[in-house]
Amino acid sequence: MNVIVCIKQVPDTTEVRIDPVTKNLVREGVKSIINPFDAYAIEEGVRLKEKFGGKVTAVTMGPPQAEMVLREAISLGCDDAILVSDRAFAGSDTLATGYTLSKAVAKIKDYDLIICGKQAIDGDTAQVGPGVAAMLDIPQITYVRKINDVKDGEITAERSTEEGYEVVQTKLPCLITVVKEINTPRLPSLKGKMKAKSAVIQAWKAVDIEAEPDRIGLKGSPTEVWKIFTPPARAQGQIFQGEAQASVDQLVDSLKGLLY
Amino acid sequence: MIDYLLTEEQQMIRDLARQITDEKIRPVAAEHDKSEKFPWEIMKVMAQSDLFGVYIEQKYGGLGGGVFELCLATEEFSKGCAGIAICYSASALGAYPIILFGTEEQKQKYLPSIAKGERLAAFGLTEPAAGSDASALQTTAVKQGDHYVLNGVKHFITNGGDAEIYTIIAMTDKTKGARGASLFVVEKGTPGFSFGKKEDKLGIRASSTRELIFDNCKVPKENLLGKEGMGFIAAMKTFDMSRPGIGAQAVGIAQGALDEAVKYSKQRKQFDRSISTFQGIQWMLADMATEVEASRALVYASAREVDAGKKNVGVHSAMAKLYASDVAMKVTTDAVQIFGGYGYMKEYPAEKYMRDAKITQIYEGTNQIQRNIIGLGLIKESAR
Repeated sequence: MNVIVCIKQVPDTTEVRIDPVTKNLVREGVKSIINPFDAYAIEEGVRLKEKFGGKVTAVTMGPPQAEMVLREAISLGCDDAILVSDRAFAGSDTLATGYTLSKAVAKIKDYDLIICGKQAIDGDTAQVGPGVAAMLDIPQITYVRKINDVKDGEITAERSTEEGYEVVQTKLPCLITVVKEINTPRLPSLKGKMKAKSAVIQAWKAVDIEAEPDRIGLKGSPTEVWKIFTPPARAQGQIFQGEAQASVDQLVDSLKGLLY
Repeated sequence: MIDYLLTEEQQMIRDLARQITDEKIRPVAAEHDKSEKFPWEIMKVMAQSDLFGVYIEQKYGGLGGGVFELCLATEEFSKGCAGIAICYSASALGAYPIILFGTEEQKQKYLPSIAKGERLAAFGLTEPAAGSDASALQTTAVKQGDHYVLNGVKHFITNGGDAEIYTIIAMTDKTKGARGASLFVVEKGTPGFSFGKKEDKLGIRASSTRELIFDNCKVPKENLLGKEGMGFIAAMKTFDMSRPGIGAQAVGIAQGALDEAVKYSKQRKQFDRSISTFQGIQWMLADMATEVEASRALVYASAREVDAGKKNVGVHSAMAKLYASDVAMKVTTDAVQIFGGYGYMKEYPAEKYMRDAKITQIYEGTNQIQRNIIGLGLIKESAR
């Protein structure tokens, strides 16, 4: 079973600044990490490999320094890593990113499953994974919290919903996005770290994946950011303490006050 | 910390051990100290990260490092919990006799699973009546055909009951005294080999300490390590190698306590200011830091000397163990003092470091025995 894991390099911590002019994230000077949700995707891919054999290939689209997260992916058990990087990709929105990654996946060709984190912690859109599946015209299961079974060219998985979960079965190849309940990512191994240090990371440019020039980068990105603002802080809740009966009375009174 | 010019590989070992300590060990250290539950979940993480094999040759599935690499990992783990750290390093103590005296066949049989962390090892020397006086051993091994039959009791054995592979010293010829001792590998599950109760300890409570009971335990003759009669020498050679590891454990405990003391002194306000602004506290911290660094330098130097294959490393490794453990006891006691009344409470981390430190002055040869080794070494040296 061959798995492709799509990962993203994101800025660590909450110290994210936004460029007031371009309205884009300022990435300089901020420590970068693997998007935390993608760490669950890597772990799930490695577990599937350990169970069924095959290999796990990590793919990322990003600037040259994104190679770092690919090396980390190898230290965590991925076999191969591909960096999709080209100046022409600069300014990509989720549509262009989904397209670019789908072209990279199409070039890899031999795969059964694509795993993505449910979303990245910087943009929080949750659109790229589903976009890749749509452009490859393969089935997708989003917000997967458990893979129940993989056999006879089919996958059965539980996807989280707000009310509970759904059990979904579909044909392979397919794409899933995963939530953090799916596993506990392992720490790297020493042998993995050493392998990562000397690993050769393939670098693919726009021409290598035969991307159409007007579907990548700024040109291929119809999204326009109109306004960026900090949402108003939620008002503090009220806690009624003391005897149960007295607290309930207070609560009822205050709710009545809201109604009338 | 002084730059000890670690290789890239050694830095990786230290960083990974530190990551495991911060993410996995620290959150559960107090709980294991209270419950005395063996930290299998942490052993699994260490195994998955390849750290059990750092000191074992590559051809047996290890990473090809030595005592120094083992020290780096042990020190980091000990900053978080010395009890959990000793479960890890005691396995190396059990493996050293196999590394030092095992045949190719014996190494192939036992080392790969120890390197992978699939099986823990343990070393069994101490008996109720034979502690510092290791020559007073009572456990016997009598050769009968193609077997040895072991009888006797070992006690205070770290990893006892939880380890799978035991290297055991027993008397094959009592009339010869120390020259009648031999070393055997005994696997858990061998008929006649059982365990006594788990000891309730002052410190390193995450680790297990039990009696090993041999009651007509038949061990195949292939399990003899080295030759008959060299058991005592083998044990001494093993300790020469393992003492820097105890030193590293002591350095980790002391550093962990010092870090907590510095942090606390900045937070704690008395007389309207942080107590870290008082010279009295600063001088205490300065002495603690200097002594910790000095013991680290000594431990690293002695570990590197062992790995370089120098002969007669006993005196230096005894110095490393002696000095680092005395420093750990002093530094952790001072850390409790800086924490004041809070330091005496289990809710704060200081007292556990102090309880954990004490054993490093006692096991793998009490510090009085270490001084004997050093003193005897000095006299021998001057006689040349």
